Parts: sequence; C-alpha cells; structure tokens
Amino acid sequence: MDPNEHLFRREAGRMVSTLTRVFGVHNLALAEDVVQDAFCRALEVWKFSGVPENPAAWLMATAKHRALDVLRRERTARTFAPELGRLLESEWTVAPAVEELFGANAIKDDQLRMMFSCCNPRLAEEAQVALVLHILCGFSIGEVASAFVSSEAAIEKRISRAKKVLARSKRLFDVRGADDFSGRLPAVHRALYLLFNEGYHGASPESAVRTELCHEAMRLTTLLLNHALAATPATHALAALMYLHAARLPGRIDASGNLSSLVDQDRSRWDSRLVAEGQRFLDLSATGSELTEYHVEAAIAAVHAMARRTENTDWGKIVSLYDTLMTIRPSPVVALNRAIAVAQHEGPERGLEEIRAINSDRLATYPFYHAALGEFEFRSGKPEIAREHFRRALAVARNLMERRFLEDRLAVCERPAAAGSCCDRKARLNS
Amino acid sequence: MGQFVYLYRGAERNRSPEQTQEAMQKWMAWFKQLTEKGHIKDPGQPLEFAGKLVKGKQKTVTDGPFAEAKDVIGGYTLVEARDLNEAVELSKGCPIFEVEGAVEVRPVMKLNM
Repeated sequence: MDPNEHLFRREAGRMVSTLTRVFGVHNLALAEDVVQDAFCRALEVWKFSGVPENPAAWLMATAKHRALDVLRRERTARTFAPELGRLLESEWTVAPAVEELFGANAIKDDQLRMMFSCCNPRLAEEAQVALVLHILCGFSIGEVASAFVSSEAAIEKRISRAKKVLARSKRLFDVRGADDFSGRLPAVHRALYLLFNEGYHGASPESAVRTELCHEAMRLTTLLLNHALAATPATHALAALMYLHAARLPGRIDASGNLSSLVDQDRSRWDSRLVAEGQRFLDLSATGSELTEYHVEAAIAAVHAMARRTENTDWGKIVSLYDTLMTIRPSPVVALNRAIAVAQHEGPERGLEEIRAINSDRLATYPFYHAALGEFEFRSGKPEIAREHFRRALAVARNLMERRFLEDRLAVCERPAAAGSCCDRKARLNS
Repeated sequence: MGQFVYLYRGAERNRSPEQTQEAMQKWMAWFKQLTEKGHIKDPGQPLEFAGKLVKGKQKTVTDGPFAEAKDVIGGYTLVEARDLNEAVELSKGCPIFEVEGAVEVRPVMKLNM
C-alpha cells in the first residue's frame, strides 16, 4: 500500500487538532483555514518538486509557519488559547512558544484532546460521530453525507451546529484530568463504535467508503490504546471487537461482488493477523470488574473467528452471550441477532418463535428483520410465506448490494426443489 | 525540436483533503508521463499568488494580485516538443483543467532564426 495514501485526510485531523490547541477552540474555523492553506501550498509546491521525504512533517511545519504569521498579524485583534496566557501576545515570546507548541511531545495528545472535545455530552451521538469524522478524519461534508447516506444539506447543518457548540466550550477537553477523563471516555467509545458500525453494517452503497470508516475507527481507537488513562479494559474490548470484525471484511463480498452471509463466507479469506490481534486485545480486556457491551460483542466475534468452518460454530455459547448482551444493552437488533443464533442452535421453528416475541415496531424498516423471517419460514418448508417476507425485505433494502442479496434469496424460494441445499443460510446480521 | 513554456493560470482552492490528494496524484502522473517521454526540460517552480507590481517611469509600486484569481500565474514549466501543436497536445493532459484553470503555451524565441 502506498504510505501516502489518504495522506491529506490523515494529516488534516492531526494539524487541525494542534492548531486548535494553539489558537483556542473558539478559533476552530481559523485552524481549519490554516490547514486548507497548508494543503494548497503543498499541492502547488509538490507539483513541481515532487512529494518530499517526510510529507507529514512538511505539512505540519507549513502549518506552524502559517500559525506564526496569523498569531503575529492578529495578536491584537483576536484572543487565542487562554490557557497559554500572554505567551502569544508578545513579539518576544511568540516564536519560541509556537516552536514549543508544535514540538513532538506537545502534539502527541492533540488528536485525543480533540476527540474528547468532539464527544461533548451537549451533542447528540450522531452529531459527535459526524464531527469526529469531519474534524479528525478529514472527511468533507460530502464524504460524511455519503458515509451516512444522508443529504449534504442535512450533514452541513448537523456539523455546523456541532462546531458552534464546540467553539462555545471555553477550552478543549483536558486529557490530563483523570476524573473528567473517565466520565467522557464512554461517550468516546460509543462514537468510535458507531463509526465502525457505520462502516461495517452501514447503508452506504460504496464498499470502499465503508472499509475506510472501519479503518478510521480503528486508527482512532489505537490513539486511545496508546494513552495511559484511555487504555482501559473497555477500550481493549472495543479494539478487540473492531479487529475481529475487520478480519472478516475480505470475506464479506464474494468473488462476483455480492454480499455473502457469515455462514456462507469463505473463511480462508479472513485476515488471520487481525484475528490474532483481536484475540490479544480481548485477552487484555479481561481485567477489572467492568463488563461492557464491547466485551460481549467481541466475545461473540471471537467465537465466530474460532470456528474454521461454519458447522463448528458454538451456537450455544453465542446464544448465551446474546442473553448477556440483552441485559447490558437491550435493543431490537440485538434481540433479532439472538433469535438468529437460537435458530442456528435449535432449529428454524424456535428461531421464528423468538423473532415473533420481539417488538417489531423499530425493525419494520430493517431489511434483515424480514429476511430472517423469510429464511426461517423457508427452512421450515413454507416457501410461499418466505417469499412474502423477502418481498417486504426488498421493499426496504437500502442499497444495490442488499437488493441483490435479497433477490437471490427470493429466487431460491421460488425454486422449491433447491430447498435442501440452502438450509444453512441465515440473514446477514452477523456477517 | 523547440522549447516551450507552460504558464499555469488559476489557483487551487477549497478542496477537501481527499480531493487535494487526487489532484496531487494526477499532477504527479502527468509530470511522470512527460518526463518519461523526455519532454521536461525544467519542471519549473510554483509562484506565490501575491507580490508587487513596479510600473512606469515613476516606478510606482503596487500590491498584487494583478488579475482575477483565475488568471493569476501560479507556476511555469519548460518543455521540449516538436512544434507548437505537439506542445499544445501535451498540455491537454494537465489536471489544471479540472479546476477551471488554464495553461498558456508559449514558444521560447529561437535566437538563430
């Protein structure tokens, strides 16, 4: 892989985080302008001279020079980071202060500081995630919109509101204050979890976008792992969950570009390095007394990863893990996944019973709810009823991949003779 | 063979990081292609968009920019080509056109004519 791939996107988050610490969080827009400016310069210069040896350092140095210009020019007109006191106001101290502020040690925690600041409790979870994606991952408004399958106007509004909330907070989150830190950490976990999930299960039709979201979530989780206060058991569990799922990404799309359900996947395509890494994080997460949903979800993923073949899956263990998950973080989707595991363990009739016991109001627009019903009716020998469910699933399918997957299932139901050959199918939910 | 100067007109502005990346890769690819075919005499330099204009007998000094952003020269490259036609054809691969920019192709005057 080209080490410079997504260079600007990656560096945008680092640069804007550091600049915001120097300028103060109320000058977020100014920090973004400086980043934009440094990128334009890089493009102009590198066109002619080629990409420098260390492009990331080049960009940060350019941002530093620009920052110094801005501080000199506007030190009487603006106030900058109040925590830096008067250092930036005097011509004598501004240059050495900036030098110091951009030093390797100083910028180490800047992204973390920004991440915690974005996960402000005054913002809705979806706004926090959009902000993380925009500020720390360098996604443009259009790219965030396509990741969330939302309109640009809606995302623009969400992000600009969120930025105002952020800019009004007096200062960036202090990552050294232990008390606040552990209080804010669950929100950060949640945002990264949602970011990963959007990539993994999200409705975006472009598989490339989805994989990138997963990778960004993993990159930011690594920042947490590298920080003494943030590397808690829950953070390790979150990392485990991401790595164990990411390991399956190469198997999710089959050779003809179609979505492949977990039980049908070619498991030799799973990334064994990521499985091993995920397993290591899971082991590290098993300290302390706190059991989070991330622990349980990672444990479920680990059971799947352990089974070299679908038939070897310990479905009984998976059902009991879902039971635990239902007590920690109950939701209709978790209940549905549990029902699917029950069907694998005890047969389609039992699966149907479990699905019918779920309050389906919030699942009506979820294609894999109908698909699961279709699957189990089909396996119980009722292809006509199964077809009805698959049609309902198709009506709420969110993208081409889902549609193709469901059309394929519908076609199978229309060939009753083939019934026996696909009794091991299940909906994609755990894929 | 003759020598020609490409003058790049128009500024790159308001791109997302990923778009900057794409533009970058396209410029690299275009330069590489011209280099491999032996057309690049001197890759040239980028120019700042602001400067000063010194003018007239009075040598009046005024601030730049002197034209609209889309007309400002942002850099130059010295290329070698068979004739003006070829130089023009080669310039058409320049990614600047994707951002409404322009390339001015100017033959270097030959002294021995």
